[in-house]
Amino acid sequence: MRVLIIEDDREAAAYLRNALDEAGHAADTVHDGEAGLHRAECEDYDALIIDRMLPGLDGLSIISRLRVAGDTTPALILSALGEVDDRVTGLRAGGDDYLSKPYAFTELLARLEVLSRRTLGREDDTQYEVGDLKLNRLSRQVTRSGEEIALQPREFRLLEYLMRNKGQVVTRTMLLEHVWDYHFDPQTNVIDVHISRLRSKIGKGYDKPLLQTIRGAGYVMRE
Amino acid sequence: MKRFLAIMNTTAARLSALYLVLFTLCSIFLVFYMTGVAARFLTADTRSEIVAQLNTLDRDFRRGGMRRLLFEVERRSRGPGANLYILTDASGRILSGNVFAIEPGVMDEFGWRNRPFTYARFSDESDVLGQPDRAPRAIAQVSRLPNGMRLLVGRDIGEPERFRQIIRRALALALLIMGIGATLIWLFVGRRALKRIDAISIASNRILAGDLSGRLPVSKANDEFDRLSAGLNTMLERISTLNDGLREVSDSIAHDLKTPLTRLQNRAAAAFSKAERGEATQEDIASILGESDQIIRIFNALLLISRVESGYTKKQFEAVDLTEVATDIGDLYGPSAEEAGVSLGVQADEAVFVHGNRELIGQAMTNLIENALKYGAVEDGLKKREVAVSVSRAQNRMAILRVTDNGPGIPDADKNHVLQRFVRLDESRSKPGSGLGLSLVSAIVSLHNGTMKLMDAEPGLTVEIQFPIVD
Repeated sequence: MRVLIIEDDREAAAYLRNALDEAGHAADTVHDGEAGLHRAECEDYDALIIDRMLPGLDGLSIISRLRVAGDTTPALILSALGEVDDRVTGLRAGGDDYLSKPYAFTELLARLEVLSRRTLGREDDTQYEVGDLKLNRLSRQVTRSGEEIALQPREFRLLEYLMRNKGQVVTRTMLLEHVWDYHFDPQTNVIDVHISRLRSKIGKGYDKPLLQTIRGAGYVMRE
Repeated sequence: MKRFLAIMNTTAARLSALYLVLFTLCSIFLVFYMTGVAARFLTADTRSEIVAQLNTLDRDFRRGGMRRLLFEVERRSRGPGANLYILTDASGRILSGNVFAIEPGVMDEFGWRNRPFTYARFSDESDVLGQPDRAPRAIAQVSRLPNGMRLLVGRDIGEPERFRQIIRRALALALLIMGIGATLIWLFVGRRALKRIDAISIASNRILAGDLSGRLPVSKANDEFDRLSAGLNTMLERISTLNDGLREVSDSIAHDLKTPLTRLQNRAAAAFSKAERGEATQEDIASILGESDQIIRIFNALLLISRVESGYTKKQFEAVDLTEVATDIGDLYGPSAEEAGVSLGVQADEAVFVHGNRELIGQAMTNLIENALKYGAVEDGLKKREVAVSVSRAQNRMAILRVTDNGPGIPDADKNHVLQRFVRLDESRSKPGSGLGLSLVSAIVSLHNGTMKLMDAEPGLTVEIQFPIVD
């Protein structure tokens, strides 16, 4: 994945670039708004990481200008501002996700990878499959090796989100955001308990765990 | 002089000066117009009077001859009034009349003489003709009789002149009084306004100098200055509250963040010396990260509290269903409560809408439920632990949210205390937490114009929150 980082704090930008390099992605850094917009317009990236407060042109303006020009490259907004309302303004400006500083790199990476895959159009599929686990979004049926598994509505949504992003690491905050639609930081192990219940429902009697825990990051559905 | 210039610089003084000038111009125009019209009327009156007299005298002459004319002129001359009569022979010698002397040449032109001329009556001083300023003036018509004699009938024009002068003098006097009056009013009003503005600027300078408790003076008059001052005072009040909040936060940060920061430093130092010996493990680094995460969490909570307290998020308020939020959060916490051996029940049936921010209300419920799970523990372990969340409607159009546990509760003396930032009762110090949970809830509740009460559930604690309902 090719990523453009527009961030005026050079140390933070360099840290991000190195970390993305290590994770196997290629990242470019730009330190001011005007140059960032120019770079994003001229070159082809899979995702943009844009700091909200930048010298020259601020982050939200960059995104709105790109969107007006028809550029739909997924953009992740980084901000030192608080959550609740700034998030809304950020997404309204055309940002695809919002992360407030300080953040864990694993959180950023997970969100970035999910964002850059969004273009694959998996949201339109009616059926998701991971190995022998199948989830039908229309009939709301979940089967493993043809055997039906009964799930609570919330468990269904949890599984649906995990399967849509199969092979992608999703974090606890991402699950809270997409399954419960709340954006605060789950401080206790609330999400873990939901996951372990779901895991036991879909994995009972099977050796191969499809829902795996990635230590320090989150969860992933894969074969 | 400086003071005067300062007054002249006020808007009130400038406006009054402008009005004074305009008013003066208008009055002058009006007076001149009026006197002009009046004088024209008087003159026309005089002229018709003169014509009538001449006609009568002419008739007298034709009927009664010279004798009759002489008699009539004499008779009229003796009568009172402003009329002038002169009868001369063909050479210009005065035969009869009430005029002693006249400006030379007047009797030589026949017909109307509109340009005023000077004359002297018998009663006047003999040399009055030599002093054009004091000599009376008149207009007249001179006619020639068939026998070559000349007859002048005229009228003194002193009266309309005097009338004109009186009006002009009155105007001058009025203008003078107005000017003095206006100046006095300026001095009074301008000075008063200046004094009040001075008072306001002195007060605001004091506030600028750092005395945020200072307020602008407000008098009883309730005029525009008072309204301005009152408005600014309300603003200062708000700023001062926010400032106090900030100070409180920074005090708390200084006080309570030092502990985790010190811990962080200790762990980092320990990891560093371990690394020197080549013994540092991933666990050491992880514990440092964990500690810094906790510090960030405290920071975020503090920021969110001050954000909520500043009222900033109010502009994104919408109708929020408390029942739905309670069900969501109950659903989120249900499994982990169960794992911890607590039964978490949500009793919320009908939709209850309040005006607010769904995220913040969700956050508040989360904090309450987490508190109930964390601190509502029963020591003896015999009783089944329960946490109940309920949403209902009160009579007074208020929505009631209750979170009840059956734990040890909070003693009455500590109930107000626990809402403050960083306050953790001694019993809870051993458990992880920032001491910010309830202060955030309290801030969220007041942002939504709600009230919050801590009550005894006997046993246990009930936190009851009331929000105004919207339809």
